[in-house]
Amino acid sequence: MLVDLFQKTRESSKRINPQKQKSDGLICKKCGVELSPTKYGKNLYVCPNCGAHARLLARTRIRQIADKDSFSERFGSLQTLDPLGFDGYAEKIAVLREKTGMNDAVLTGTCRIDGIETCIGVMDSHFMMASMGSVVGEKLARLFEYGAEHQLPVILFTCSGGARMQEGMFSLLQMAKVSGAVAKYSEAGGLYITVLTDPTTGGVTASFAMLGDIILAEPGATVGFAGRRVIEGTIGEKLPDSFQSAEFVLEHGFCDAIVPRTQLRHTLSELLSLHGYMAKRGE
Amino acid sequence: MDQKTLAKQMEIIHDAKRPNIDDLVQEIFTDFIELHGDRLYGDDHAMCCGIARLNKTPVTVIGQRKGHTTQDNIDANFGMAHPEGYRKALRLAKQAEKFHRPVICFVDTAGAFCGVGAEERGQGEAIARNLYEFMQLRTPVISVITGEGGSGGALGIAVANEVFMMQNAIYSVISPRGCASILWKDASRELEAAQALQITAEDLLRFGMIEGIIKEGKTQLLYYRNIKAALTASLKRLEGLSEEELLKQRYEKFRKVGVFMDNTPE
Repeated sequence: MLVDLFQKTRESSKRINPQKQKSDGLICKKCGVELSPTKYGKNLYVCPNCGAHARLLARTRIRQIADKDSFSERFGSLQTLDPLGFDGYAEKIAVLREKTGMNDAVLTGTCRIDGIETCIGVMDSHFMMASMGSVVGEKLARLFEYGAEHQLPVILFTCSGGARMQEGMFSLLQMAKVSGAVAKYSEAGGLYITVLTDPTTGGVTASFAMLGDIILAEPGATVGFAGRRVIEGTIGEKLPDSFQSAEFVLEHGFCDAIVPRTQLRHTLSELLSLHGYMAKRGE
Repeated sequence: MDQKTLAKQMEIIHDAKRPNIDDLVQEIFTDFIELHGDRLYGDDHAMCCGIARLNKTPVTVIGQRKGHTTQDNIDANFGMAHPEGYRKALRLAKQAEKFHRPVICFVDTAGAFCGVGAEERGQGEAIARNLYEFMQLRTPVISVITGEGGSGGALGIAVANEVFMMQNAIYSVISPRGCASILWKDASRELEAAQALQITAEDLLRFGMIEGIIKEGKTQLLYYRNIKAALTASLKRLEGLSEEELLKQRYEKFRKVGVFMDNTPE
């Protein structure tokens, strides 16, 4: 239980790649083993052979974490308006909306975990690598405001390539906006838990991802500020695979615990209950 | 803005002779005393912090340092701070809050440093913490982007009640060069990217993200005089606000940023 929580997970720190959908079957992109779609799904998209945690769709994450049918989406209708008229951006968004069924890169709302009501936000790397623009920033700020108003905890599953450069400075300032919302929420006494998932980088790392009261991470997730290739370019050498892994971040003191996906729901439920959030009877 | 003007601006802000933080503290303030160290790891020369007087008022000054010579630049890591630089800035901002001194920040950085040590010591956490804490500082905070306002590394000392930009300064989420190389795999299209990103003082004023543009004037004397005048006026406005009003004004300044369509039924 909580003891497990603070034990270091010594899994391979190899870079995790998402599951690869091949026409001839499903294989783990990390170890190459063939996967049975039903068993893989039941194992929460963790490779039974090598333990690689595949990147998830936001809806899949919610299904894994929330009590059945308890998720209620909020702020889902917000859409970007391409503030800079950036070449190709509006078209890209239109294609992704069609493809993912999401309006932008984060899904926000409320749900129950073991009957405990909570605010939840899940970023989705399938939508422009979950980069943060006006909509992501606004939805998260509103989520914290909602959490403060209704005295609910907030759980965020972070992943992001960083700021959304197509929105220029509108994107950069979302970092300050959401961090400000976290500060206000925190002042009101709410519990904020972040779960760092693959990959959490750039402006998201440098703002709300690192501001949780409790910061958890999935095994093998890439977590860092600068891009690995940028650093390799600066120092002129290759960096080990373990660099900027969740294990690296834990070792250097920037997250509380690495929790395998199969234990995540239980761990979150325990943490909520340890902070006095209770399941409502008759619901 | 046309590419030629942008190119000229970039040249001006990258000129090694352009006033740096050491010049600013000498020319605009009096009695500057530099204070060192984050009390956790080390002293980052890329971030200059200290106490001085603006007119007669004691203030805390924070700013990234670029050198006039290659040697100075190497010593100051070309103005790219490590986590300990952001933590030193935060330590002294909190100290300013304790002694009711306003905080004045000067931003001039290509960005927070990208390196192995910076990652090991939590560059992301250091910047995040500054955003969170600066938002709650119970004292006036003013930031001036004097040259390069490079992404999160700039924002780490730019969560302020009032933000100004020098006439030739730029403030961007990503370096135009970086943007061009990611988007078009061609770093030489830098100016095109700079145009598309809309990063000039006029752009940011139009977006409502800054309170004003400071004219640079024909001489260095005017350059300093104009900054001093802008700071003096800003401080006067902010000193009229209570702590609660300061916090509210700063929060709302950032809270309102964003352009989106909202079909949420209320």
